[in-house]
Amino acid sequence: MSAGTVLHIPHGGGRRPEHAGPDGDGTPARRLYWALADCWTIVRRDLTHTVKQPVNIVWQLGFPVVSVLLFVYVLGSAMVVGDGVDYTTFAMPGIFAMTVSFGFMNTAMIVAIDRERGVTDRFRSLPMAPSAVVSGRGVSDMISAGLDLAALAAIALTVGWRSSGGLPATLAAFGLLLLLRFALTWIGVFLGLLVPNQEMAGGLYALAFPFAMISSVFTPPSKMPDWLGAVARWNPVSSTANAVRELFGNPAATGGSWVEAHAVLMAVVWPVVLTAVFLPLAVRRFQRLSR
Amino acid sequence: MTGNAVLAEGLTKRYGEKPALDGLDLAVRRGAVHGLLGPNGAGKTTAVRILATLLRPDGGRAAVAGRDVVREPVRVRRRIGWTGQYAAVDGILTGRQNLEMFGRLFHLGARRARDRATELLEQFGLGDAAGRQARTYSGGMRRRLDLAAGLILAPDVLFLDEPTTGLDPRSRNEVWEAVRSLAATGTTVLLTTQYLDEADRLADRITVIDRGRSIADGTPAELKRQVGGDGIHVVLRSAADLPRAAGAVARVAADGVPPTQDEAERRVGAPVTDGVAALAEVARILHDAGIGVEDIGLRRPTLDEVFLRLTGHHAAGTEAGEEEVAAV
Repeated sequence: MSAGTVLHIPHGGGRRPEHAGPDGDGTPARRLYWALADCWTIVRRDLTHTVKQPVNIVWQLGFPVVSVLLFVYVLGSAMVVGDGVDYTTFAMPGIFAMTVSFGFMNTAMIVAIDRERGVTDRFRSLPMAPSAVVSGRGVSDMISAGLDLAALAAIALTVGWRSSGGLPATLAAFGLLLLLRFALTWIGVFLGLLVPNQEMAGGLYALAFPFAMISSVFTPPSKMPDWLGAVARWNPVSSTANAVRELFGNPAATGGSWVEAHAVLMAVVWPVVLTAVFLPLAVRRFQRLSR
Repeated sequence: MTGNAVLAEGLTKRYGEKPALDGLDLAVRRGAVHGLLGPNGAGKTTAVRILATLLRPDGGRAAVAGRDVVREPVRVRRRIGWTGQYAAVDGILTGRQNLEMFGRLFHLGARRARDRATELLEQFGLGDAAGRQARTYSGGMRRRLDLAAGLILAPDVLFLDEPTTGLDPRSRNEVWEAVRSLAATGTTVLLTTQYLDEADRLADRITVIDRGRSIADGTPAELKRQVGGDGIHVVLRSAADLPRAAGAVARVAADGVPPTQDEAERRVGAPVTDGVAALAEVARILHDAGIGVEDIGLRRPTLDEVFLRLTGHHAAGTEAGEEEVAAV
């Protein structure tokens, strides 16, 4: 605005844009409609972010890509997980699982930034469906995780990884990976609302790194000390990694424990349990912003 | 409730042991620009966040545009605009995308959200910058975009929490101009500020709050009068005339208060009740006595002096204010 520009603000009377809905909370059907419409508006915002900052995808894939180089080409020849097991086909499903496991860091970071910059408060001051702030985050995360996995799968194929499990099993494997990502979204929202600022959210790597690594992602837990192996075996990341190995028809190198023998089951149970615990916690945390 | 766009009674809110609001009463007349003035930690932001339904009060009641903020938050949200301390716009989105998104979330529908965004961008002088990412905007532009986002539904009541904090003087003027234009259209504005000149220039009425309570309420002029009203001051050409000039000023001084004399500055002053009559009389006496006058005038106390009198500490002494609150 140049100096001296006169602002013409319309009078609150004649041209006032009226609210589309009724002045109450509306019928359940209308409420559902607006909950979905608002969710979509939030998702559109997040997609715009992705489109305008394509470099973010590169960053998110950076660590998995470096891991592929490191474990397939640098360390791969020295890694022995079992007789005649090709390390690339062992590690790639693990890297898929690791990638979705780091996803909650990203969720926590975005949630913390929005809160710190007042964007979350602005949403809360609007007559929108409050659920949309959280549900929109969940849908956006699923979309971005899908993009991450697609890019990573392309890289995996170029380094020689193959799924021999057939199309339904292969799709089921990717479904399990997204299911874990879905569950971790709520941990991300919860932690993002818990930390005081985005710097602290960045510090969550200290949590994410061991969570993803003390697992069967790169090494069979049977090769770890007993106590650490037990932790790794029961890590949800291990269940998903082992389950997708099974579905891809890739070598699994499991030690025959119950949790490893029921990897596909546990790859469903763990995310369901995590969601059941952390989705209510995240919603409660969101509601407690008004405390 | 008629005539009041905002009515709060006995609002309390504590964070842990620290009381942020301690029985705040507040009435804002419909159509007014009302300033909430106080140092950091006085409870201004807490009060506005409660009124904008972002925070629940621990006790007391508040109604905005006739709706209870605790029982009917969604109805309140349809009638208010809120702009927080930080320009809460999405820096990645363009100015237009920001306003369209907020319009959709106000449930205008896609087409009307688009039209409303166009209108607001023009009105706030952001038409040329509409297609640029908001992070490339200047501080003043971001603030104006933020204000526009608060005005999508042409709200009955607009809350502005320290709208010019951190802005350069030019951007400050832009925001002031926008607030005045808004008020001229009948929107009630409640703004918090720790700048006395801002409250003085923008607000029709001011509520001074300190330690979570309202300690004074009135027009800026009333508040200044409350602290002792106008003062007369005379600056003489020659210090030798000081005793005679003091005699003249003593005749008009309020309640027989002895005039203050300052030899070095050749100045005489005293509080007066009827400023204009006193000014005329002193000027006449001095002129008749042939006393050379360099300057003569009335001086109103600044809001800073008002604040000091009311609270015992300077408004600008924000850190001192915080400490005192913490020490309570």
